[in-house]
Amino acid sequence: MTPRSREEHGSTSEVLSELVAHLRRNRPQLREEWVRRITESRLLTSMTKEEIFAEATSVFDNYVEVLETGSVEALQAYARNLSERIIPRGVDTPEVVGIVLLLRDVLARSLFEKYQGDFPLLNRVLDAYEPAANRIATTVSVGFVQERERVIRQQQEAIRELSTPVLQVRERLLILPIIGVVDSERARQLTEQLLRGVRANRAKVVVMDITGVPSVDATVANHLVQTVEASRLLGATVIVTGLSPEIAQTLVTIGVDLSKMNTVGDLQGGIEEAERRLGYRVLSVGEHAAPETEG
Amino acid sequence: MLVPILKQGDYLIASIQAALSDTDLLRLRDDVVEQVGRYRSRGVIIDVTVLDVMDSFAVRTLSTLAQMITLRGAETVIVGIQPDVAFAMVQLGLTLSGVATALDLEEGLAYLNANARAKGRRPGGP
Amino acid sequence: MDREQRVVIAADRDIVTARQEGRQLASTLDFSSSDLTVIAVAISEVARNILSYARTGAITLQVVEKNGRRGIMVVAEDAGPGIEDIGLALEDGFSTSGSLGLGLPGARRLMDEFEIHSEVGKGTTVTLRKWAR
Repeated sequence: MTPRSREEHGSTSEVLSELVAHLRRNRPQLREEWVRRITESRLLTSMTKEEIFAEATSVFDNYVEVLETGSVEALQAYARNLSERIIPRGVDTPEVVGIVLLLRDVLARSLFEKYQGDFPLLNRVLDAYEPAANRIATTVSVGFVQERERVIRQQQEAIRELSTPVLQVRERLLILPIIGVVDSERARQLTEQLLRGVRANRAKVVVMDITGVPSVDATVANHLVQTVEASRLLGATVIVTGLSPEIAQTLVTIGVDLSKMNTVGDLQGGIEEAERRLGYRVLSVGEHAAPETEG
Repeated sequence: MLVPILKQGDYLIASIQAALSDTDLLRLRDDVVEQVGRYRSRGVIIDVTVLDVMDSFAVRTLSTLAQMITLRGAETVIVGIQPDVAFAMVQLGLTLSGVATALDLEEGLAYLNANARAKGRRPGGP
Repeated sequence: MDREQRVVIAADRDIVTARQEGRQLASTLDFSSSDLTVIAVAISEVARNILSYARTGAITLQVVEKNGRRGIMVVAEDAGPGIEDIGLALEDGFSTSGSLGLGLPGARRLMDEFEIHSEVGKGTTVTLRKWAR
């Protein structure tokens, strides 16, 4: 097909339509070229050739469609969709950026080849193609990164939840052994889990053991205090055990009156103290045990 | 929204049924204080199980209520504070210090009875 | 940008409305139930502020997005007397002691982002944002 003369070409959208038509017509060759270059660059190594080919087909078609319509929503949806599909396959950011740029290059060269006879026309074609192609590259890359970050956040949340078990040892008594570094996020999760545990188990005493916590900063120390205060609002007393001199110092620094806090040296002692409290708890009418004198 | 207040022996139980506006809260406070005086109640239970929010005004009003009740020789117990609500409260710095709290109505009554016993009186509730 | 929801604050019932709508809107995002309560409380505090100091104003609720994360934005504005000393108003002692009842330090602690613009005689605008996970 011979390139038309300059006067016959109008707006950018007309040029765009023409180049999109060209790309669609040459789909099989372009797609193959792209896959070849992906493999050559050693990208998407976690996928098989068949898988790459399958993905390449849908990515190519979507790419061309977005070039044509220029719809930002469609592009973002496409980027999100693509990320959701390939992240579980272990594809990382440089690979995604790499393959999108390769596709951009493969298509650009095809355009060079077609319009090389007419330099002004080639320029107009590139003027139409480049912004669109760059927008696609940027949106897909950014979308991928954001999706990855979201997945990582979710995984971190799940890990935090698993690493803070609330144990019911006896009736009305919960134990919360905390091990490892506690950051603000973990402290928040801890508090939420404990409070739900108090409610679900109708706990009256909680033994919170922090023997396994090396140190805390003022913010986290504050969270621990909040945990104790919030538990009280649900009718439960918190006994803190394993308080290191260092953490005790941090608490004092933020203004906590340690004498007002229930602390016991170690977990064993804490449980004994808890049982004592529960045992000496005055029984309400109807419950078993000690006979009472009238009046 | 009027909060129903039930009399059970020596105790009054106010069960909040829905979200309360500031005016409703003040009305509740005044109603409870009036009834404590009228019936010479020894204890008051405020059940906030239904409340999905307790902000600074609500906490202040309940604190004031408890103080006013104490002046009439009775004790207040707030019961049913939801885990999320408790967490939000302490983040705001509202700890309801000085006011007794319990998990639910049953625990609240147990607390009042235990207190009554400690004071050498017979338990006043069911 | 999503549509915004506006709640006029002129009576104390409106405080409840504003926080319930805020909770409703936030629940369409990826917030934990604990976060929803925190958002509702923050809205309650700033809405009450409007009522106490300016008599009327409005709360505007909107879903916002930044860096691929979505969140809720709460704008509390009034044409009231304005705050003379913002620094003082943001000091902690005020809200916990309860005497002046300024919920600002509290609301600020609860939310991720907090902005305040106030001009004596003109009014106050408080902007709060919280981001979902």
